[in-house]
Amino acid sequence: MSRLTDSNVLLAHEIISMYPRQKSALIPLLHLSQEQNGYITDDAMKHLAELLDITPAEVIGTATFYEMFKFEPVGTYVINVCQTLSCAILGAGALLHHAEEKLGIKAGSTTADGMFTLEPAECQAACTEAPTLQVNYRHRFNVTADDFDQMIDGLRAGTLANEIPPHGTLGRNRQHIPGDKFVGAPDPDEVTEGPAWIPVPSPASAAGDNS
Amino acid sequence: MDPRSIPSQRSGRQLMSTAITRDYTPGFYEGDRPKVVTSRFEYEDSHTLERFLATGGYAGLRKALEGSPDDMAAGVKASTLLGRGGAGFPAGVKWGFTPQGVWPRYLVVNGDESEPGTYKDRLLMERDPHQLLEGCLIASYAAGLSQCFLYVRGEMPLAHERLAQALNDAYAAGYVGKNILGTDFSVDIVLHTGAGAYVVGEETALIESLEGERGMPRLKPPYFPAAVGLYGQPTIVNNVETLANLPFIANEGSAAFTAIGTETSPGTRMIAISGHVKRPGVYEIVNGVTTFRDIIYGDEFCQGIRDGNELKAFIPGGGSAPWFLPDQLDIAFEAKQAGAAGSMLGSGAVMVMDDTTDIPEAALTLVRFYAHESCGKCVPCREGGTWLLRIVERICSGHGTDADLDQLLEVGQSICPGEMPHASSERLGVEAVPFPYKMTTICFVGPSAYVSIHSPLTLFRSEFEAKVVPAPKRISIPVAVAGS
Repeated sequence: MSRLTDSNVLLAHEIISMYPRQKSALIPLLHLSQEQNGYITDDAMKHLAELLDITPAEVIGTATFYEMFKFEPVGTYVINVCQTLSCAILGAGALLHHAEEKLGIKAGSTTADGMFTLEPAECQAACTEAPTLQVNYRHRFNVTADDFDQMIDGLRAGTLANEIPPHGTLGRNRQHIPGDKFVGAPDPDEVTEGPAWIPVPSPASAAGDNS
Repeated sequence: MDPRSIPSQRSGRQLMSTAITRDYTPGFYEGDRPKVVTSRFEYEDSHTLERFLATGGYAGLRKALEGSPDDMAAGVKASTLLGRGGAGFPAGVKWGFTPQGVWPRYLVVNGDESEPGTYKDRLLMERDPHQLLEGCLIASYAAGLSQCFLYVRGEMPLAHERLAQALNDAYAAGYVGKNILGTDFSVDIVLHTGAGAYVVGEETALIESLEGERGMPRLKPPYFPAAVGLYGQPTIVNNVETLANLPFIANEGSAAFTAIGTETSPGTRMIAISGHVKRPGVYEIVNGVTTFRDIIYGDEFCQGIRDGNELKAFIPGGGSAPWFLPDQLDIAFEAKQAGAAGSMLGSGAVMVMDDTTDIPEAALTLVRFYAHESCGKCVPCREGGTWLLRIVERICSGHGTDADLDQLLEVGQSICPGEMPHASSERLGVEAVPFPYKMTTICFVGPSAYVSIHSPLTLFRSEFEAKVVPAPKRISIPVAVAGS
């Protein structure tokens, strides 16, 4: 179930082809897997290992380093409330507390209906709009308690579905390099010459460089 | 209208456009100042190829392609463009570190912006993605880089969407890919997604992450990935804002760039000012001359402290920078001046705290950040950061003792041996200790955890003392020794 679907396997091969060495595609593929399943499953990691010709241990080794990858089911909406300095001095602690009360859960856990996961988070690069939070990494700025309640009600009623996709989806579009424009990503070991637009030093000037 | 017209020609419409720009770009305020990287922020559709082309887009690339790669590299060197990621190293010099005749060379764009207080790169990627692509192309042309990877922080899906769209449009229009604009210059730009790790902002960790590994910094030397980087090949790692400056330099020439700012700090800088100010925001300022007093109190910037309160302290360069006091307000936003005064400009993030701020609690948020983000490779950071966090937590929750205050400094000494940089204070009668510090770790995450507690503890020790109780005295109990 949690292996990549056939269409996602095609997408995976497209992603892999963009990198000179295929392991570089691991993090993008983990994102793809999380987009499909909502979190990273053991089967998914085994499948990625097959696709990239590495061991499942290498996959889990990399995946566990990064905070965005979840290894057990999370809510459809993961709410990260920033707690770093600029937000903290402008009420982020109170906002997190309010969120806990509104959702009836402690930060770090998921509501019983599987809708919301609440987490304290570190700096979200929106420090002037404090306090901020992200829902599935979509920013909400200058969040008051009322804003938070409205947002939760909107998410429950489905009115924000266009704005905020379910957990796992990052960008809703992807880069596709057209075949006729793709320069290609050869393994660096197979490249011996400099790029076409860099003039090859003439023997005379090369000798000059050495002297 | 030329979007890069000299600002004085635009006066009169500033107030109106400020409001509009902010609608499109939450957090950003434009002003009556030279614009190098934010010239399109006033347009709602600034992220589209149509708007980009209508406002001089890809003209810098065309100009660069007319000259030789060496000409372009020399132009960037002459512009003295300093890296905008934090270290402030001249971009042109960095490019020159690539070893001769070793191919292929790569460009890795550092868009993993996560320093507390900083968010210029997110706006540049969301609001003007083509400008960044043009910068990547110019750098690739000049330094002979055959593939470019845009490493964008995972928690920025809007930036991903805009960049993916921009790349698809630019490929279709022939600005990226094979034989760009009909020349023999060919380069692919690949959009890559991070997954949430602050330390990946360090350039060697960024490369490890791009290779599909855990994002841990590499041992140094070699100091520069320009020599040994991605897949062991020469690799230029540049910050988003650094590259976003290149279209201006290619188009207008390096003299036009150095005409802005000062000799040692040319051009403009994007800075984000957050915290207890009336108008927190991201501003493009003239580099090197704008003082912190201008930034915090100036009408065109933050307009002073909120609620008529007094300034207590501010952090001049992101969470990793030692703190400044009101004593340092008249220092200009210039690297050498900030360094001599005991801090650094880092990634251009100013965090302002007024006199209502509980300093130990504020420090706790930063120590927690760095302890949390330690990758675990170097022991002083992995263990030391966690110890610092535990002690500060203990102090803030009222269970600390006066011995804990000295303990903090002792733990810190194992991360940063020797004298720590800090600001001067008339109130305390202390002199500044200039930047930088010594460090026992590979990267700056560990020292940053210590900076975040060293500065507040040094400058506001009485506030920490008010939270602690005296340590219980050790009483030596006489013990009867058997046989005596």
